[in-house]
Amino acid sequence: MSEMLLLVEPQIPALRRYARALTRDRDAADDLVQDCLERAISRWHQWREKGNPRAWLFSILHNLAVNRLAKRGPTRELAIEDADEGALARPAQQPDRVQHGDLLRGLEQLNEAQRSVLLLVGVEDLTYAEAARVLDVPIGTVMSRLSRAREKLAQIMEGNVVDTPATQPVLRRIK
Amino acid sequence: MTRPISEEDLQAYVDEALEPERRSEVQDYLSGNPDETRRVERYRAQRAALRAALAPIATEPLPPELNLARMIEARRRPRMEWTRWAAAAVVLLCVGGATGWSVRGATQRETHGIVALAGEAADSYQVYASDRVRPVEMDESDRAGLVQWASGRLGRQVSVPDLSASGYRFMGGRLVPTPHGPAVMFMYDDHHGTRLVLFSRQMTVDQNTPMSRHSRDGVEGVAWSNEGVGYTLVGPSSPGLKPLADEVRRQVSTTL
Repeated sequence: MSEMLLLVEPQIPALRRYARALTRDRDAADDLVQDCLERAISRWHQWREKGNPRAWLFSILHNLAVNRLAKRGPTRELAIEDADEGALARPAQQPDRVQHGDLLRGLEQLNEAQRSVLLLVGVEDLTYAEAARVLDVPIGTVMSRLSRAREKLAQIMEGNVVDTPATQPVLRRIK
Repeated sequence: MTRPISEEDLQAYVDEALEPERRSEVQDYLSGNPDETRRVERYRAQRAALRAALAPIATEPLPPELNLARMIEARRRPRMEWTRWAAAAVVLLCVGGATGWSVRGATQRETHGIVALAGEAADSYQVYASDRVRPVEMDESDRAGLVQWASGRLGRQVSVPDLSASGYRFMGGRLVPTPHGPAVMFMYDDHHGTRLVLFSRQMTVDQNTPMSRHSRDGVEGVAWSNEGVGYTLVGPSSPGLKPLADEVRRQVSTTL
């Protein structure tokens, strides 16, 4: 088990980041990571031989997150203004926080499949093969999703895609 | 002739995942395609911005709920508390008039019977099943030698149950010391590399017990004894373990 501590503990910050970027909710994300670690502890013997447990941990976390998001339903996912901006980019004096906020809101407009591939490959540095394993799809699908996700996010950021649902202003929280 | 540049190459260029040679081919291609260059540069900027936006999360201090060492420790605690309770019961028995008992530590393990067998088997599983160099002393190529050796040391004829119908291949085995004399350990694995251990020794206590499950640190076992011989099949926690144990019991009882 001390081997597990050595190999898994360094991955926790990245797991938190992925969970939070997917859920945009600090507490829900940390609950997911906690659940992921509990499962990793109880399944540790199943993993063992394959070197770095990083991709394995992301698979456990991703499956938990997808189940959680599915349970939460689509209504909540539209409520992008709901998430506290500070929950995503904490340092208060960060000069380009506004742009970061826009980018993360743009990310929110991608569907879950596009968002996760963008995060796993672009942010968490998983290889395409590892991302395919985590998402349980062929590598070709990873590549095409990645390509579409990047293009869509770029268009959103340039204001070319205004797919804001009509119901959204109702969900907007005034602070 | 170089291979034509694909969209996948461009994405891998963005992710800096190309081999140097291919990377320079992509660069050559981009130098003649300003539109594609603009698109790729936009993706690269987007990737960098996303990383920068999310980087602070990974430097936040971890909350107490994500203390992995404590989580691992908590997994062990229920068992220890149970043992402590059992030790307290032993103390009560002593007070009740039995003399000559020695209560050793509050967390002392069960030393007799099927629970002790389960603990010894779990120890062996943890040491040997995780061993990638020499999990078994004698491998399946010398099955007859192993059976002869184990039968001689255990003082009874042992046999190797065949689990191939359930997808488990016999790997080999070894003798293992226990406080109750030698035990034999047979190891099996499936095509995923999942290993199982069948552990068996003579029993002086609990000579005939029905099957019971035991688990520790994610290692699960199904233990039983029959006519003074104890068995336990140990492996990663899975619903398939009990049917396998049934199969082992069926095979060892017919060879008696």
